[in-house]
Order: sequence, then C-alpha cells, then structure tokens
Amino acid sequence: MSERSERTVMHSLDTVKHAEQTPDTQLPWAELGLKEDEYGRIREILGRRPTGAELAMYSVMWSEHCSYKSSKVHLKQFSEKAPQSDAMLVGIGEQAGVVDVGQGYAVTFKVESHNHPSYVEPHQGAATGIGGIVRDIIAMGARPVAVMDPLRFGAADHPDTRRVLPGVVSGIGGYGNCLGLPNIGGEVVFDSCYQGNPLVNALCVGVMRHEDIHLAKASGTGNKVVLYGARTGGDGIGGASILASETFDDTKPSKRPAVQVGDPFQEKLLIECTLEAFQERLVVGIQDLGAAGLSCATSELASNGSGGMRVELDSVPLRDSSLSPEEILMSESQERMCAVVEPEKVERFLAICEKWDVTATVIGEVTDGDRLGIFWHGEQIVDVPPRTVAHDGPVLQRPYARPDWQDALQADDPARLPRPADGDELRAAVLALVGSPNQADKSWITDQYDRYVLGDTVLAQPEDGGMIRIDAETGLGVALATDGNGRYAKLDPYAGAQLALAESYRNVATTGARPLAVTDCLNFGSPEDPAAMWQFAEACRGLADACRTLGTPVTGGNVSLYNQTGDVAVHPTPVVGVLGVIDDVARRTPMAFADEGHLVYLLGDTREELGGSAWSQVAHGHLGGRPPAVDLERERLLGEVLVAASRDGMADAAHDLSDGGLIQALTESCLKGGRGARIVVPDGMDPFVFLFSESQGRALVAIPRSEEVRFNDMCGARGLPATRIGVVDGDAVEVQGQFTIPLAELRRTHERTIPELLA
Amino acid sequence: MSVGTGAGGDAGTGGGSGLGRIGVVTFPGSLDDRDAQRAIRLAGGEPVALWHRDKDIRQVDAVVLPGGFSYGDYLRCGAIARFSPVMGTVVEQARLGMPVLGICNGFQVLCESHLLPGALTRNDHLHFVCRDQRLRIENANTAWTGDYTEGQEITVPLKNNEGGFVASEHTLDALEAEGRVVLRYVGRNPNGSRRDIAGITNEAGNVVGLMPHPEHAVEALTGPTTEGLGFFTSALKSLVAAS
Repeated sequence: MSERSERTVMHSLDTVKHAEQTPDTQLPWAELGLKEDEYGRIREILGRRPTGAELAMYSVMWSEHCSYKSSKVHLKQFSEKAPQSDAMLVGIGEQAGVVDVGQGYAVTFKVESHNHPSYVEPHQGAATGIGGIVRDIIAMGARPVAVMDPLRFGAADHPDTRRVLPGVVSGIGGYGNCLGLPNIGGEVVFDSCYQGNPLVNALCVGVMRHEDIHLAKASGTGNKVVLYGARTGGDGIGGASILASETFDDTKPSKRPAVQVGDPFQEKLLIECTLEAFQERLVVGIQDLGAAGLSCATSELASNGSGGMRVELDSVPLRDSSLSPEEILMSESQERMCAVVEPEKVERFLAICEKWDVTATVIGEVTDGDRLGIFWHGEQIVDVPPRTVAHDGPVLQRPYARPDWQDALQADDPARLPRPADGDELRAAVLALVGSPNQADKSWITDQYDRYVLGDTVLAQPEDGGMIRIDAETGLGVALATDGNGRYAKLDPYAGAQLALAESYRNVATTGARPLAVTDCLNFGSPEDPAAMWQFAEACRGLADACRTLGTPVTGGNVSLYNQTGDVAVHPTPVVGVLGVIDDVARRTPMAFADEGHLVYLLGDTREELGGSAWSQVAHGHLGGRPPAVDLERERLLGEVLVAASRDGMADAAHDLSDGGLIQALTESCLKGGRGARIVVPDGMDPFVFLFSESQGRALVAIPRSEEVRFNDMCGARGLPATRIGVVDGDAVEVQGQFTIPLAELRRTHERTIPELLA
Repeated sequence: MSVGTGAGGDAGTGGGSGLGRIGVVTFPGSLDDRDAQRAIRLAGGEPVALWHRDKDIRQVDAVVLPGGFSYGDYLRCGAIARFSPVMGTVVEQARLGMPVLGICNGFQVLCESHLLPGALTRNDHLHFVCRDQRLRIENANTAWTGDYTEGQEITVPLKNNEGGFVASEHTLDALEAEGRVVLRYVGRNPNGSRRDIAGITNEAGNVVGLMPHPEHAVEALTGPTTEGLGFFTSALKSLVAAS
C-alpha cells in the first residue's frame, strides 16, 4: 500500500459514515491499480465514495488476476462450446471442476500460475503457488493426492536462469515434499523468451466421494464464518493487483514485499483438519484465502450464498498488530481458509482445529439481506453488495489484431535449413538433440521432488503421464499430463492451443487411461497489446473447438496475462492438463523398452513437419513456418488404440511422439528400459524426416511377438496405420544403414546436460 | 487409499490378534504414516494408529516412527518430536526391549531421543534427493532385519533433505566394532553419510533407525521393488519368537 493511503488510514478510521460525510476526499485508486472509469463505477454502485477498506476490496477483486476482465469474453467459449459429458459433476466457475471417475469417486483438478512472484522471489513464489492450488482442491472437499509442475525458464545457459530455476525447484520441492504430496509430472522448458518472465504453473489433483463435494457459498442466516489457519500478516499485500496484473518495469520500486511467504507445515495441518471437519459434516461452505485474501473469501462466499454477511475484522488473529483494516482485507498471507459452519457445530469445528494446533476464530456470520458489512471495533467500514465485488467486475473488450509479423514468420519455412546429409551427420544431429537442454534428462530437477509419498504412485515423470491409484481394492486410478508448446503457439496460436491439448490427451492415453476432462493455464503477454490479445483470443478459440471435438470439457483453470517485460512478451503458452481414468492401474502401459525381442511399432503417419520443431531450434536456433498439422480425429483414434492395447495386454510399453520426434522418443524408451533397439527406416521415407519430424497423432509401442497378430488386426480394423520399424535388442540404438549409438554414449549425452548447467 | 482423516485413517482400531500389533505414530507433520500402516498390513501385521499427544500406546507390540516433517522441523529435524507425550512412552518401552523402527524423520527422532547415537545433517549437495537407492544389509540379527541375510543387497526409495549421518570417530568405530551398522549405501553415497551408513541399531538390536524408506518398496506396482517388506515381516517374526 502506498504511503499516501497509509496516511489516510492511520490518521482516522475511514468509516462508511465518514465516507458519506466527506464525498470529496481523494483516494489513491490509481496507486491501487484501478482505472478512472472503474473508480467511477464503484462510486456509482455505492452511491457515494468508497471507504478506504471498500476501495481496497474493489481494487484487488477487480484486478486482472481476480476479475479476468480482459479474458472473460474469450473464456466464455469453454462453457458455450463445452461437449456434453456425463462425467462433469461441477463445472467452470467453482474453485476447481469435479469429474466423476466411477465407483462413487470424484476427482477434482486444476492448474494455476504463479509466474510473477516466482521471478521476483523464486523459492517463495513457487512454494506458495503449490500452497494456493492445494487449498483450492481441499476447498472442494477433496483430499489432495498429487501435484505436477509445468515450468518455463529463460535460456538454460543464461546466468539469471541459475538464480530462478534452483529457487523455483527448491520452492516446489520444499513445499510439496513437506505436504506429503507426490509430484508426478510436469514439464521443464527453456527458451530465451521466458528470460524475464518465467512461467511457474502448478497443478493439483484431489479425490473424494461424490457425496463429499463442497462448494464456496455462505448460506443459512445465523451460520458462523470461521477463519482458520495461519495468522494474518503484512505479506503479499496487493499481490494480485500489483504483481500479477502489471508488466515488470525496471524503473519502479522492488515488488518483493508483494510476494507471500509459505509455511508448508501449517498447510499440512490445514489439510488434515479441513478433511476431518468435512468427514464429520461440519461445513456448510468453504473457501480458501488466496489472491485478494479476505476480500475475496468474504465477498465470494457471500455472493455465492444468499448475499448477506457481517464480519468483525478486529477479531482476525494477526501476526502484526499494527496492520490497518485495509491491509488485513488485502493481505495474502498464506495457509488460511474460511468456513461457514452452523452455530451448533462451531464448538466441534474449533475442537478439531485445536487437535491439529490450528488457530481458528469466528469472525462473523451469515445475515439476512444482500449486503456484506465489515466492522472494525464496532464501526462499519464496508457496506457493499458482495456480488459487485466478487462477480460484477469490469468486462473489457480489449482490441486485438493479428500482428503484422505473423505472415513473415509463417513464410519462414524450415525447408530452407541445411539438413544432415549422411549417417554420420544424422548421428551427430541425434546426439545434439538428446543432449540439448529441452530434450535432456531432467532428473536433476525431478529428483528433488518426492514421488513416492502416499504409496499410490503408479507412474511418475519421466513417464508420459503421472498415474495415481485411487482404490487399492479395485485398482481404479487416474492419469494426468500437462503439455504446451509455446513455439508452435507462436507460429499459430489457434493450432498451438489445439496441439497442447492433443499432446496432453495423447500422453494420458499412452499410459492406458481414457481422457475425460481438461484444465488449462493460459500464459500470455500484456492484454493491452493487441497482438498478445489476438494470440490469446486465437488460443481460446482453438482450445474450445478442440475440446468439443475430443469430447473433453474444460473444467477450470487460470489465465496469466502481463507475462511481458517492456515490449518483449513470452511465446503464447497455453498449458493444457488432461485427466484420464483407468479401471485397473495394474494394466498401465509404461514407457520403458525393457524386454529383448519385443517389436517396435510406429503408430500414425509421418510427414515432413519441422516448423517449430526441436531440431530447428537445436540445430539452427530457428523458429518459423507452420506447426505440425492438427488432426483431432486421428488423436482420438490413436487414443482408443492405446487404451485398448493396455486393457487387453497387447503392448508392454508405449511412448508418445512429440518434440524431438521419433528419435527422441526412442532414445527415452531405450534408456528407461536399459535396452537398445534396431530400427529400419521404412521404404521411401527420408531418414532425416523419419527421425526428426514432429507429425502429430503418433506413438511408439513395444509389442511382444505373441501379440503381434492380434495387435495388427486391431489397428487394421480401426484404420490406424501401424508400421513395424524394428525390435528391442542389444545395447545400442541402431538405425540400419545410417548410424549406431551405444546406449552408454546416449545416456551420458542425455543425462549430463542439466547437472552441468545447474548443479 | 483413505479419503478420510489423517491420523490413522487406514489403521485398524485394535482388538486384534494380540501379537503383531504394530503402532505407527502420527506427528502433526508425519507424511508416510499411511504407507507404514499399509506395509505392516501387507506383511501380515495389524497397524495401530498412535497420536503424538497421547501417552497411551494402546498395548502395541512394536512401534514405527514414520517419515515426514514432524512439527515442521523448522528447528532441527525431530528436535521437537522427542518431547511429545507419545515419545515418553516409546522411549520407556524401547529401553525395555520393544522393537522400534525409525524411518527417515523417525530416525532423526530416535537420534534426538538418544535411543540411537549420532545425528542426521543436511545433505552434502544441499538438495532434497528422491531416488531408488541400492543398499547392503550389514546386520541381519536385529528385530527388523531378521528376514534378510548379511551382505544381501536391496533397492528401496530414498528421499531426504537431512540424511547425512554423522557421529564422532569414536562412536563410528564403536558402531562398526559392535556390528551396529545395519545398512550401508551401495554405489553413490546420496547425502554424505559418514562411512556410507544408511541405518544403525542400538546395543540390544531392538531399535533400528534408517534414512531409506522400506515402506515405499512393498508393492511391485508402486515401488521400485518389494524388497522393503522384509523389515516388517522381520519384526512380526521377532515378536512371535519373543512370545
């Protein structure tokens, strides 16, 4: 909060009455990130000037981060175009969507960004990102069972990456490991476009019984509002409005005080005591305190309920007794939640909190009427219709326009780039690829995350998707993957968003799980830049269309704009998470080629598609042309074949083909299984295109000889091209007539890059 | 999986067979308590949930102190947990011969409680490490390792931030001389432990502490191997033998 507003606050309490009497008092609305017309609208809604506390609430809730004011008009498509799905129990709009996975179980999952805080203070920024998404999942009534982290950093060899990446990784590990949540996947991508704006997204998945779904609403006059968890401090004040809703600018003061500080132990207690309260059916409504803290929790709870709520702000337990009421309302102190509890159950609720050493305080109650009243030592400082704070924020029709450089970018086809001409050059290109930072082994990073805790992790990174067992008796499980290729999206944001979904969908199917639903984190540049806004609009349109075709609705997610430093925006980066279900996790298909003699099949068609490819980046630092063609019907067919092969025990291993193409996937499967492979380039196919093209809708599978006929029959019957390209054998990867690379050499090349850059 | 409450949602409520009741203590920051309960059940025992605030350990025959971050471990790992009411009883019973296994954070608690010598310090590479770790059984005569053979090599997950075992040279020499080194890391030492020590026991052989996580290697589907199950079957057999 600015000095000026602090003075306003300290000298006298700005009550509602005082605001009525002093209509001409100037308030620091601009410093709080509000635009002039927005301030005018607040005055109009209230019929007077807002109090300092009201201004604080509106400013954070109407920020880009909380109100989605620039993105709303585009996000609508996710509902409007949503495919019919019987699996959806709770859709967009709640804290996280809920999906029916059968046997009475429901799964809730969501991905969110914590990009800006993670650049300013990498460790705490990333840690609190995990904390926030985990609380969203608990607030739905679910026990969190796993997390994943899609990450984007600047160039791997840039000095600042050495500051940001280790901090982000230790923050994710330090927080997630202490919570006891297995980290089962995600991505690590390097590109200089993320140098000043790393993307730190976090996904959490939780499980509950159908009857345990909880929603964020305060209903029932006389019900008590209980604030529980950490005490409220001065950390993170204005995080949502100041940090996440503006671009970085060197000329402004450090934003570090706007980053929250996390306490995973407190969060662990919060999880356990919340779930125990749920189990005893003590909770009417619940909301976590994340961005915009109490402003958000009270206004959303009231707005989603009958509308009336009275809060005694001076009963909020404080870490710092000098905080003003405005600061208490804006504080983003972590590890806090707000529950609505019937009066006769309050005592039991508080007892459970006491059992877990969690501070809990009744701060108010649900009232008749439709006003949110907040009091400070008996005097009213807030009197607002909660809906106007929580849901009726501004909606902007930002101008957008296809940037004038888009045509030139697409015309810059990688066909002109020099290619490896013979076996020796191909060999060198393969080693350069698998040792490049984006394609290299990431275990230096992922070994800092606990993937075993809870004992239900069936698959974890580097597998195509993470898989968690839900029911030990029946073997029911879920699989999750996140993907997003900013290079593809830069070339064509509509196709790029669809390709992100296609890859994530394919990854889930590769494990043997049936894709059901989608969550997305849309990371883009400044909405005030028409080019970035066009990318955003195109990506939303593409993703919504693709979700409809694949029958996988978007259940929720997050938008992160202003990922821009000065004029330089990140690549448009829609990250798409797909959730799938598998009836018996014992049937899962891992990626490792572990058995000699198994036949290697390539599923799908390979065309010359190198636009945005890993090869073009590694070999030439090139980005141009068009991304690989999208064929969603093919993705669906491939998915059906992979799921059937898993269910019927035909495939012993499968690995999705994506960035880096066939040779990257083959290398990973061979190294994971510790076996080599002998591969033959199909007749008429250019060896370079065969190995490096990134055509979509493809996967490698390892088929036992005994299953070959049955597998071929199935692919034939369904109309999916399946080409036998080789056999799992020996201790080298051999592409016949071209080159041979011993596994040991591949492994050394693949595994040393990241530790050398970062350790 | 238990969708329900934390403290021993999975555990039996007692009243079982008499022998083979193994308690698993839940501190507020315990994380692997459910896994330890599952391992006990898969080994044929009856897991019993114990709560850190209770002195009563519900007539269990043995106790597991599971992994996690008891009380947040902001001071020193296990430093607060040793003062919990439950630990008073556990220490008392351990001195009377009850089998006690401390895994990871549980090992740290045993050292802080002086049931075992030495201490666990920050990994020498300063990072949390989670990986499948090769180990050698050095002592197959403790209450928790009887089902293994001396020199046997097993692979179980290892995951810790403060796993480097340290003690004075004198203590280390004594541990070696008395055969009280139970487990040693094979291959790369993951955390800078002195003499590659992964686990130790007390003089009587009833108290064992180790950094690796045998409870995560009890099912082929979720662990790298099932070679961790032996710790729990060993304890159950030692209880029968002692009865």
